[in-house]
Order: sequence, then structure tokens, then C-alpha cells
Amino acid sequence: MAAILEVDDLRLHYLTRLGKRVQAVDGVSFQLQPGEILGIAGESGCGKTTLVSGLMGLLMPPLHLTSGAVRIAGRDILRLPPAEVRRSVLGRDIAMIPQGALNSLNPTRKVRDLATDVILAHDEGADRRAIQDRLRERFTRIGLEADAVLNAYPVQLPAGMKQRVVIGISTLLNPRIVIADEPSSALDVSSQKAVIQLLFNLLDEGIVSSMVFITHELPLLRHVAGRIAVMYAGQIVEIGTTEQVIFDGRQPYTRALMGSMLSAEPGQKSRKPVAIEGAPPNLGEPISGCRFAVRCPVAQSDCAQREQVLREVAGRHVRCHHAR
Amino acid sequence: MPADTPCFEARNLTRAFGHGARRKVAVDDATFTIAEREIVSLVGQSGCGKSVLAKLLLRLEKPSSGELLYQGRPIAESGDPRAYWRHVQAVFQDPYAAFNQFFTIRAQLKACFRLFDQRPPEREMEDRIDQALLAVNLRPRELDGKYPFELSGGQMQRLLLARIFILRPRVLIADEPTSMVDACSRAGILEYLMKLKQELSMTIVFVTHDIGLAYYVSDRLFILHEGRIVEQGTPDDVTQRPTSPFTRQLLDDIPSVHRPWVTRA
Repeated sequence: MAAILEVDDLRLHYLTRLGKRVQAVDGVSFQLQPGEILGIAGESGCGKTTLVSGLMGLLMPPLHLTSGAVRIAGRDILRLPPAEVRRSVLGRDIAMIPQGALNSLNPTRKVRDLATDVILAHDEGADRRAIQDRLRERFTRIGLEADAVLNAYPVQLPAGMKQRVVIGISTLLNPRIVIADEPSSALDVSSQKAVIQLLFNLLDEGIVSSMVFITHELPLLRHVAGRIAVMYAGQIVEIGTTEQVIFDGRQPYTRALMGSMLSAEPGQKSRKPVAIEGAPPNLGEPISGCRFAVRCPVAQSDCAQREQVLREVAGRHVRCHHAR
Repeated sequence: MPADTPCFEARNLTRAFGHGARRKVAVDDATFTIAEREIVSLVGQSGCGKSVLAKLLLRLEKPSSGELLYQGRPIAESGDPRAYWRHVQAVFQDPYAAFNQFFTIRAQLKACFRLFDQRPPEREMEDRIDQALLAVNLRPRELDGKYPFELSGGQMQRLLLARIFILRPRVLIADEPTSMVDACSRAGILEYLMKLKQELSMTIVFVTHDIGLAYYVSDRLFILHEGRIVEQGTPDDVTQRPTSPFTRQLLDDIPSVHRPWVTRA
């Protein structure tokens, strides 16, 4: 089966005003298959959100492409003119549900007007009445009370509903790929569940084909993703099936990340979560050897020197030459 | 004060906003006690009234009716609140909102001492700030001359806890202190919270929507729904033998690694 999204040795850097170069994404490769949900996990500052900018073709200073490619259905979107990206890639090929979704709706306009704008931006001649029918049909299909929600101002909706409205609006044009960047981290656990259910509905209804789900909550990915890529300091350090990564991580960072999670549930009080000591490396400086070595609980003397590459271990790919 | 006087005692405590048809009862007829040195979690969905209850305990809201006692005496509703805040302090969800971005971190930590009637000598203030920073694993010299925006969310949240180490209150109200930090930094924040409780033998009221987190940190849980305390008890009782359907709902909603959650058709 042909991959719907191909990321090929992608490297992205920020160039600061003082001329400093920060290599935020450093050699990321993966493929996304139709119907798949790929989870991306990692600490704050590991490059998850910069990677999203690359996947969306949104390369604006101070973010620059170093090398590599992002291909959607074979087309390299990083080498298209920005106007073309906005016209034919965003919303149709790929759409994003942003991290700060709760603040992304203009409070002075009704949900109906915000949604209408999205359709008009991509189809100026669309018939106004047809648009209204389409909105009602779509909102009902994804399980929202269409009339009540469309006529509301964003402030009148509770947080969880606002997030579902954002998801509804960003998928109006049936994008092939949806990128969800921490879509539920600002919500309480109950609204979180409703948001995830909605994302599943979008896939099951065939409105979107595949999804990239970004979060630092591994327990959530357990239920959402089919495969998981763990990122550290701008690189993928382990990528495999959800079962492999969650229950049998082979890269020490994956294990540390899993061990730092509060598996807070009845009967689990005895297992004490262990925070990962120290901080990720400064990507503005050149780094040699394993990037996790200074924080790694099982680091050996050769780790700091030896450059790490992704290699196959026990059916998944791991960036650690000691992993077995 | 007799030895067994509870830290907080509420009788039919109610806080309502608005009037007539628009009247909304945020805390509805709550009756409870919180003992000295106890950790109690207020748990519920968004809008259940847990934060309003926390604000009542902090003297940031006034009760509409009912009684709220701190160490056996009603919490004053007017006058200088500083005497009360020397006893009862808080950490909130958003650490960036808690600090002024235009002043250095050190200057703001020093401002804590304004809460005391008598400021300690300069030298002692500096020492206490350094000790507090070390207690939450921040290096004092690295923060010299730094501003809040130069730190990560996890570091900022630890700074808020350093403030508590400086102020040494009797009671800490922690309103969702881990919801804005990385899942992997959460364990660290909780660790420092426990350390605070042990070293200062504080009473802690922990506000969260995550019943799993509450289970992990508390001596007792209060489950709130639409302003009412629908269930209270020990973590084991509440999570293993829940009597309220709302408690069961909260338990079902946590994504656990070990049991099914939301499934695709």
C-alpha cells in the first residue's frame, strides 16, 4: 500500500536574529499509511511542534528547511510556493488541530460564520445556502447538535465543546491527514474522552484518512495510536507498534518516559513514578554521541562519543547501540 | 486552640453567583472538615465548583451563606487579608500568570517577605531564597538576573513551590498544579509537594480533575458534582467502592494503560 505521507530525513532549523542556529528537527523519517494513527511522544522542547510546522509546509522565518522532504501522495510540499501551500495543501491534504485550540475561535463571531469563512476561503463562488446545508449536515454527522452549536458564540460553549467545534471546522474540507497537536491536554478527563471519540468518528466516517497524534501523555497514546514514534532532542529515538513502545520499550529514554508517567489508578499506588533528571540538551550547540547519554540511567563509557543511528531491534527501530 | 480542632470546618457552605433566573450555585450546601496535616483532594469535572471552593478557603471569595471556620474561627470577610495569607497560601495552574514578566525571579521571590510584619535582615532573606530554590532542585546562581519567560513551564512551577518553602504557610491550596506541565515533569512536582508537606507539616488541599492523581497524593477525596460534594472518603474506598455514579464516571474517563477506554468502531 502506498504511504499517504512520507517524511524523508527531514531537518529543520531556527535562525535567530543573532545568527544562532538551532537544529530543532534533525533527521526525522517515517511513513504514514492510509487509515493509520501515528502517535508522536516526547518531552516539551523535543521538536514535536516544529515537526508539525514542517509537515504542514509552514516554513516561515525564523524556521528554515535544512534538508529532506515531506511528500503527501508523492508531492513534495516543502518545495511548493507558500501561496500554493495555502491554496491546495492546507485544509485539503493536511489540516491541523492546534494546541491552543480553545483560543483559536474569534469570540466576536458565531460558529456558523467562522465555519462559512473556511469554505469560502477555498471556494469563493460557493452558494451561501448550500454552505449552510453542508455545515448542518457535517456537524450532525460528527455528533454535534448542529443548530445550537452553529448559532452560538464561542464563549457560550464549554471548553470540551469548543475543542470539538474546532475539530469540526478544521476538517470541513475532508483533509486526507489530520495533525492533532495536544488536542486534549487543556481539557478535563471527561471532555478529553469525547474529543478522542470524535477523532475516531472522523476516521470511521471516512472524512479523514490518517492522523498524526502528538502528546506527552503515553497512557493516552496507548488507546489512540497504532504506532508510536518517541522523539528526543529533534530525533526519533524509537518507533514501533504501540504494544512494543508502551510495554516493551528498548530505548532507555522510552523506558524513562514510561516510568515517569503517573500510572495513577486504583491499586497502582505502590509503583512510584520516577521523574527524568536533568534537562534535554541545548540544540543550539553541536552535540556528539548519544543525546540522551548525560541523563541515561544505563549509559556506558562509549555512549557520549558514539554517534547513534536508528537500527532494527526486536521488530522496531531504536536509536541506541546498546539496545537489545 | 484544642489539639483536635480541625484546620477547616464548613457548615452548609454555599457560594452563588448572579440573581433570579440567572442564579448559579457554584458551591452548594457543603459540610465538611479538613484535619490538620491532612491532604484532601477536591475532584470533579470542569465547572463542578472545585476552584470556587478552593477560593473560599483562600479568602478570595466570600460565602453567600453558611459557615467556614479556619482553626475554629470564622474566616474574616473584611480587613487586611495578609495575616490569613501567612497561614494559607496557594499554587495555581498557570505558573507564568503567577509571576510578573518584567521583574527578575529573585526580586519576586524576595517580595514574598512583604507578607511578614517584620522583614528578616537582607542576608537571611538571601539565604532563605537560596535554600528554597535548592529544595526544589533549582540552582540559585543560574537564576540570578533571569526573568520568568526564560524558564520552562516545569521550572516555573517549581519556582511557585519554592515560594511556599520561603513562606512556610500552615496550609497550601494547590489548584491543578500539574495540569500545565509535561506529563514527565508531573512526577517531580508531586515529589516536591510531598517534601513540602513532610518538612513543613502542612495541610494540603489539592484541586484536580484527575481522580487518578488525587488517589495517588491524598489522604481523603471529596468528589464534587454541580457544586455538591457527592462523595467523600479515603482513596481506596472512593475508587474501589464508589457510591456515586459521578465518581464512577470520573474513574472510567481516565485513560489507563491497562484497561480499555475509547475504542474505534
